[in-house]
Amino acid sequence: MSDEEISERLTEIGETIIQKVRNDQVPSVQIPSRTTSNIVYDDNAKCYVLGEKKTNRDAGNIRHVKRLAQMLKVASFCKSELMGSERHVTKRELYYISESWGDKLKFKTQDRSDDLVEDIEAMIGRPREDLKINPKAKGSIYGDITLKFKNPKGETMKVNCLDSADGQSIGPRTCEADIVECNADKVIAIETDGMYNRLMEENAHEKFNAVLVNLGGQATRATRRIIKRINELKDIPAYVFTDSDPWGLHIAMVIIAGSAKSAHINERLATPDAQWLGVTASDIKNYKLRSDELRDVDFKRIDELKDDPRYANDERLVNELDRWEEIGKKSEQQALMRYGFEYVVDEYLPAKLEELGAPGF
Amino acid sequence: MPGKTAEEMALDQKEISVAEFFEKNRHLLGFDNPAKALITVVKEGVDNALDACEEAGKLPHLKVDIEEEGKNKYSISLKDNGPGIVKEQMPSIFGKLLYGSKFHSRKQSRGQQGIGISASVLYGQLTTGKPAIITSRTDKNSPPKRFKLKIDTVQNEPEILEEEELEDGFEPGTEIKVFVEGKYLQRYHSVDEYLKQTAIANPYAHIEYSNPEGEDFDFKRAAHELPPEPKEIKPHPYGVELGVLGRMLKNTDSNKILSFLQNEFTRVGRTSAEEICRLAEVDPDKKPGKLKHSEQEGILDAMQKVKIQRPPTDCLSPIGAELIKNGLEKEIDAEFVTSSSRDPEVYRGNPFQVEVGIAYGGELEERDTEKVKVMRYANKVPLLYQASSCAITKALEKTDWKRYGLEQPGSNGTPKGPATIFVHLCSTWVPFTSESKESIARYPKIVKEIKLGLQECARDLKRHLSKKQKGKKEKRRKKIFSNYMPLVLENAVELTGEGEDLSIDPIMQRVIDEELVEKVEEGEEDE
Repeated sequence: MSDEEISERLTEIGETIIQKVRNDQVPSVQIPSRTTSNIVYDDNAKCYVLGEKKTNRDAGNIRHVKRLAQMLKVASFCKSELMGSERHVTKRELYYISESWGDKLKFKTQDRSDDLVEDIEAMIGRPREDLKINPKAKGSIYGDITLKFKNPKGETMKVNCLDSADGQSIGPRTCEADIVECNADKVIAIETDGMYNRLMEENAHEKFNAVLVNLGGQATRATRRIIKRINELKDIPAYVFTDSDPWGLHIAMVIIAGSAKSAHINERLATPDAQWLGVTASDIKNYKLRSDELRDVDFKRIDELKDDPRYANDERLVNELDRWEEIGKKSEQQALMRYGFEYVVDEYLPAKLEELGAPGF
Repeated sequence: MPGKTAEEMALDQKEISVAEFFEKNRHLLGFDNPAKALITVVKEGVDNALDACEEAGKLPHLKVDIEEEGKNKYSISLKDNGPGIVKEQMPSIFGKLLYGSKFHSRKQSRGQQGIGISASVLYGQLTTGKPAIITSRTDKNSPPKRFKLKIDTVQNEPEILEEEELEDGFEPGTEIKVFVEGKYLQRYHSVDEYLKQTAIANPYAHIEYSNPEGEDFDFKRAAHELPPEPKEIKPHPYGVELGVLGRMLKNTDSNKILSFLQNEFTRVGRTSAEEICRLAEVDPDKKPGKLKHSEQEGILDAMQKVKIQRPPTDCLSPIGAELIKNGLEKEIDAEFVTSSSRDPEVYRGNPFQVEVGIAYGGELEERDTEKVKVMRYANKVPLLYQASSCAITKALEKTDWKRYGLEQPGSNGTPKGPATIFVHLCSTWVPFTSESKESIARYPKIVKEIKLGLQECARDLKRHLSKKQKGKKEKRRKKIFSNYMPLVLENAVELTGEGEDLSIDPIMQRVIDEELVEKVEEGEEDE
């Protein structure tokens, strides 16, 4: 969405207030409720979305009046300082910027400013990246794909993601870049830095005609956003390659169906037809991987995921959860290294990609 | 080795004088260590001075002066404006232990045994070798007399070293000066604290005090009338013990047991007396002195069984709720003070009465997180030591202070908070746990009365705290709205670029004026 449109939506929040005061009413605004009771699973979109419930933030309520003033200040700041400029700020920066707004308006802790940004996202129905408030860049992308974006100086530039040694890092500009050209026919997202590096060095992108994405753990919004955009715009499948434990599986699930915390914008982040590639629970036995015992927290996590609607309808994933419970073991991606450098690209990945019906297999 | 014969043993046995006994058992009377001894000397002097002034119907004016006279040596001088003492009695009062007028009396007074002041003289003589100097003048028309005296510890008799008549220049009253070994401290257990607490409980007394550091204190009067003088009463049958009964039977002027019971005890009329004799199976006409031991036991037993009216309580001299409040207010710069004076009650035939006061906040805020300070009193005398065995402490710990707005970790024990709690017990016979009179025995009835008194004051405190809390909330509410409502509009104007003509003040005023209703709403507590 363009900066002008975002500005307009922000202005609407202020207009609600002005209107009420003009009518001699106590000013207030409606915010889509982000409490757990209002987060519902949308079977069609295959992700969590917000329900219909709204909360009222009311200047006549002692608990609300400060946050209402702060919300209007943040909206006003985004409109006047960020919209129509090439500037982006991080959430952390925003927290520090609030120092300059005086003792009354400044945020006491960063979670208060983070929370308010999420309120505004929910109100305007757009992610904070549109407000030019960014998460820190964590992921990177490597492969034959060409992106076009404006650099911080405002100059348009094109980058082929094979042209940088460690891959193109995924930040605010990359994730919304135009995809000029993409010769790959699949995306493989990888949980750990180590395995990402292994696949680059073993030429996996060429062998599998794939774009490699380094998640570095739980994927950031920007990383989820670019996976979704490549998947949708270029119509190519995405696979997620993680450690073999419930936490790894859930990294894949957040890419597939979004997180509860970002329910208000999941439709822009989730890639519903992405698939989890492994390492699966069954792989531990089949590939005789070195493993560790599951701990209490792991078992607890398995129980939680079994109750989660995102898993309920996926027989394959539920079976894998059962399997972990049954064998009581977990393994890391790197456990495959016992068979040498090439094994993962020569044996393991081809077998898995074939199993999932990937293009070219 | 052959044992001693009875005759040989008899040679070893000799009478020991009271003074000798004291010499070996000084801890029994409060002279256990140098710091405590200093307080005890002041305490005994102040007790006597206040009792004497009150008995003479004079508003007390005391001057206490302590000076360091060398390493761990102090002189203590104490002057009152009381009736003075006639020359003949001066040596005995100060130079003979167990000489006094109060031991046999059932009247509320500070001193009871007549041992205190002469014990101070003896203590001084034992630790410094110096005599006490006593000066007294009964009125303007007779000259002041001065004695320097010691106690002959074997004979328990005063030993006068010097005796003189002074020129004019000494205001009527009595002054005692002793030289003692001691240690001056400035903590809770200190002379400073003792006198401050005395001033609170005796707000009709004016006490001037100069401590060894050269600091001067002036505890002024907050009242200008003496409390009514307590009346003397006879013992009540429920509170008498066999030994006392035996002595009374021996000393009475009554010829018959029936009249003895009516004359020597309070609340015993002819009917009760007859009933006692009947139950004890004792001839009512029998001469009191002729009662056998078993008959005495019978009488004592019967007295407990017969229903007898409670003793009169006008023999008590409470401080009174108003004076307690005045006393606390004048010595503590508190934000809130309350007090209560319970109706008299009776334990084992002895009338007693409980009075309580609480001071909260103000200068006490400085010690916010500490335990409350407790001031314990028996017959207007502060009790500084042995708090843990005292009925007052027990009642305090058994009270649920959380209900009244004070912290109480673990739901029992001494509460925490910026408060001072004052508890006074007065009685014709205070049941102390030991001779040094520092702790009140924990009779269930006494503990219960103290607890009721504490609760009465605590309810007042709770009301005050709730009111304060409400005021604080309202103030905070007003501040938040007037801080942020204008900012809501200001930023909406900045965001939209319109509405500069608007003012939010009327809306804000309406919100602030709304009844303060606790709204339970969804939404996070800010701040």
